[in-house]
This record gives sequence, C-alpha cells and structure tokens, in this order.
Amino acid sequence: MLVRRIAVALVLLWLVVTLTFGLVRLAPGDPTALLIAPDATAADAARLRGELGLNRSMPVQYAQWLGAVLRGDLGMSFTSARPVTTVLGEAAPISLALGAASLTLTFLIGVPVGMLQAARRGRLTDRVLTVLTTAVYAAPTFWLALALVALFTYGAATLGLPAEWRLPAFGIRTPGVTLTGWAAVVDVIRHAILPVAILASVGAAGIARYTRSSVADVLQLDFVRTAHAKGLTGRQVYQRHVLANVLPILVVLFALSLPGLLAGSIFVESVFAWPGLGRAMLNAILARDYPVVMGATVFYAAAVIAANLAAEIALPLLDPRRERA
Amino acid sequence: MRRLWFALRRDRALAWPLALLALVALACVVVPFFSRGDPLAIGDVLSLRLLPPFSRDAEGSLHLLGTDRFGRDLLVRMMLAGRISLAVGIVGSVVAAAVGTLLGAVAAWRGGWLDRAIMGFGDTLLSVPRLVLLLVCAALWQPGLLTVVIVLIATGWMGVARMIRAEILGVSAQPYVQAAQALGMRRWRVLWRHALPNALGPAIVATTLGVGNAILLESGLSFLGMGIQPPRPSWGNMIAGGRDLIVTAPWVAVAPGLALIATVLAATLIGDAARDRLAGERGAQRRDLADRV
Repeated sequence: MLVRRIAVALVLLWLVVTLTFGLVRLAPGDPTALLIAPDATAADAARLRGELGLNRSMPVQYAQWLGAVLRGDLGMSFTSARPVTTVLGEAAPISLALGAASLTLTFLIGVPVGMLQAARRGRLTDRVLTVLTTAVYAAPTFWLALALVALFTYGAATLGLPAEWRLPAFGIRTPGVTLTGWAAVVDVIRHAILPVAILASVGAAGIARYTRSSVADVLQLDFVRTAHAKGLTGRQVYQRHVLANVLPILVVLFALSLPGLLAGSIFVESVFAWPGLGRAMLNAILARDYPVVMGATVFYAAAVIAANLAAEIALPLLDPRRERA
Repeated sequence: MRRLWFALRRDRALAWPLALLALVALACVVVPFFSRGDPLAIGDVLSLRLLPPFSRDAEGSLHLLGTDRFGRDLLVRMMLAGRISLAVGIVGSVVAAAVGTLLGAVAAWRGGWLDRAIMGFGDTLLSVPRLVLLLVCAALWQPGLLTVVIVLIATGWMGVARMIRAEILGVSAQPYVQAAQALGMRRWRVLWRHALPNALGPAIVATTLGVGNAILLESGLSFLGMGIQPPRPSWGNMIAGGRDLIVTAPWVAVAPGLALIATVLAATLIGDAARDRLAGERGAQRRDLADRV
C-alpha cells in the first residue's frame, strides 16, 4: 500500500515535470532576445541559442531535461550563468524558514480559535470571531502587507513610539551593519515579524474557518452526546472524543494549506524584498530565465506532492477507520 | 421573484452578503457614468495629482476618494476596475465550474482510460500551487485580460471535476438512476436528467466560494504586473500603483484594497451560506437550492 502511494506520487511528479516543460517551452517569445546586447547580430543570437540548447527539437530538449532532473541537475540559469540548483538552494532556506514559522503559528492560532468558535457556536464570541476570520480570509496578502508596513513604520513614527517599536519593512537584515551573535539573531527576527505575522494571520483565518465547521460537525455526532450523558466533564469529552476525531482533519488541513502558504509567501517576499524562492521565481519569470522558472515550479510541486503523501500515510495511523477505505 | 424575495428576507445569512455584492456591482456599473471626461486620460498632472479624499480641484469638481499620482479620480477608476475584477472573477469561476462539471461527469460516466486521463491531468494541475501555475502561464504567454480569464479557467476546473465525479459515482448506485436505466432510458440521458442534477450541490458551493478566490487571484496577478495591464484599471494594479505612495498618499492603495475585501468577503459569505444550506438534509436542500438559484 505504501509502495503504491509512493509510486503514484512519483508518477505525479513526472507529470508535473512534463507539464512544466510544456508550459514554459511552448510559450511564445524568445528568451535570447532579453539576454543579448541590442546591437548583436542574428548570428550572435543563433549562437547563443545553440549554447543554451534552445535550437534542438522539442522532444530532444524534453528528454535531456527529464534525464537531467532525474540526476538532480536542473540546468544552468540563463541570466546568472550559475546552476539552477545553486540559485534555488540559496533562496529555499529563507522561504522554508518563513513557511515553517508561519505554518506553526497558523496552526497554533487557527485551531484553538476554530475550536472555541465551535464550542460557542451561535453565541457572541463565535459571531465576532466569524466576522474577523472571514474578513482576514478575504483580505489579499499583498494588501495586508502594504497596510502593515505603513502602520508599523510611518504610523509608529508619527505616533511617537520608541524606535524599537518601528519594525523594519524591507529585507532580511539591516543593511550596512555587521552584527554578531545575539544582536544578529534579534535583527533577523525583527525583520521577520511582519512577514510571518501576515502569512500566519491569513493562514490562521482559513484554518479557523475550516476547524470551526468540522468540529461543529463532530459535536453533533451521537458519541459526543453519549460521552456527555455518561458523566464525562466537558474537558474530558474534548480530550478523549472530539480531539481524536478532529486530528485526522487537521492532518488533511496541513496538506491543504501548504499550497496557499507557498502562494502567499510569493506576495510577501515580493513586498518585503525577501530573497526567497518566490522572489527568485518572479525575477526569473520577468527575465524569461526558463531553467529557474521550471526548477522553482518543480520544487513547489514537489513540496505539495510530498505534503499530500505525508498526509495520506499519516491518516490511517490516526484514524483506523480509513485503513479499509 | 416574490418567492425569492420572501426567502431572502427569512435568510439573513444569505441576504446581507448578496446585498453587499449587489451594491458593489451597482456602483461599478453606475458611478463611471457620472464622471466627466475620460477616466483613463491624464489631465493636468501638477494641479490634480494626489489630492486627498473629499477635496475639490481647481475646477471645483469633488474627488470623494481623492486622486492618484496622475491626477485621475480614484472613485471612478475604482469602479471601472470593479467592473473588470467582478467580471473576471465571475466569468472565470463560473466557466471553470462548468468545465469541471462537464469533465467530472464524463469521467465518472464514461470510466476507463478517459476517466484516468482526465483525473490524472487534474491531479497534476492540483499539485502545482495555483498562483505558481497562473504566474507561469500569464507571464510567459501574453499578459492581459483574456489571458487572465483563460488561465483562471484552465487552473480552476479540477476541484469541481473531482467533486462532481465522486458525487455522480455515489448517485449512480441510487435506485432511481438504476430504475431509469432499467426502463431503457439512453445512458447519457440518464446522466443529464437524473445523475447530474443530483450531484450539482457541492459544485454550486465550490463555484460561489471560487468567485472570491478568482477575484483575489486576478488582483494578485495584476499587483505583480502580470495580470490586467495599465492604463486599464484593476484593483490589483491600482494597489500596485499606490505601493510606493503608501506613506505619503495612503488612500491610493487603501481604497481599492477595501473594495477588494468587501467584494471577496461578500462572495465568501454567500459561499458559506450555500454550504450551510447544503450540509444539513442533503437531498431536499440541494433541490431547494437548485430551484432557488
């Protein structure tokens, strides 16, 4: 069963690799047009195309790329002439750290809020939180980012708040200063507060909305009433019966929320000028740097496929009823 | 019509967001007619640019939401942008849902290799985050209105297709479907008349929730400069235009953002209301909703 799941995931990854190749290489436009000097001759352009491997036939290019991907080689970046794996490898840790911190906060905030709403269903707490979570859920990440930047830089300055309260809005380190030890860590954390807060609040709003409705569904089931009837306290009912039935849902949620988080990080990295994967991908798209675009897309897809696979493997362990299905 | 009105008066959770969405749509249609001149044209930049909200320019015309850096009235541009955003969001998600319904139904009913091909293709598209897919398509192909709509449709059908397929597979075991087949009804007619209408519920919920999503994605693409291209306004590219003015003239970015939030909020609440109505007594309520829509 496990082998079959892994095989399906690998086939899916191959399909994504193929789709990426098709989308990027069949797109109109010539990447060499952006790479050569304006006064270059047609012969120069042709030579460059030959060097980049763009003048071979599509099936040959596809086969070459597939072979290279299998060896873990994503080719050379057109614009920086460095291996794509290096370009992505430099950017990935930043995005992964941003994503991990945001995902942790997302669940730490979203799940309790959703459960609280489900427990207080229909009452004032629930209504206020519903309005709040739905509004945050509806807000575009990039707009929230801009609004918070204005608030915590200019706003904090006009309100006369102490300088430590003004959060840096751009980059990941303070430029022009070499900090060491503890000061460097604090500096990075201060730069990370706004991006993480935005990703986490948008994520937590979605998780809370989902948790609320699924916990509310569980609360209506017969065994919850039975548990109450046989004299368990509210806390015991939640710990023993409700949580056991909600955990599998949360695992599915983890896998479901990953693509959204990755997408959100593209906007956040763009607004806050973080040198992560999202920015690398945006720059590569604008420069028609095909190998980097394809590499980043495959990386994102691999992350999503891996998360789905992990959820599929974890589900039967948490919910024995699914073993048979 | 009257029955619809009474149903809505009883149904506050659906009525409020519908009213909000209708208000936004009405404003988007009506407001630009009251403006003088061409809202895309750039006039006397020096005297008109970055007027704060509620101010009058030298000619005495009132700018309720102020002006942008080229001296264009923000309210009028916002409403023009709203036309585009709403149209792109609604067309994008509804057509995507229709395509998804068709493909899901065919996959379930036909089965075999076609089923595997459609669902495999769908799963492949679902493995790439939708924004990444949108960025790659919209930027490498020609950015613009038509590209955004096509790409939204091409990347939005998979969820609905999976739902419809699962529902139809469930429904096809129902006695009424088997009875219709036993009575000699043609196979595709059974799908059209019996299986599909009873499988539509989740697709309707997904479509309404998808409208908000499509509007957000369009604005996101436009914000990054890969969606609707200026001078044609869209909420996304208007926010992008106010990006470096966020401290000196915050209204330029704040106003379109609020319009965006209000619209997406309304669409999401309508989707929630639809879902709540479908979650309870499935069969009856699903018919009820299918009749009401």
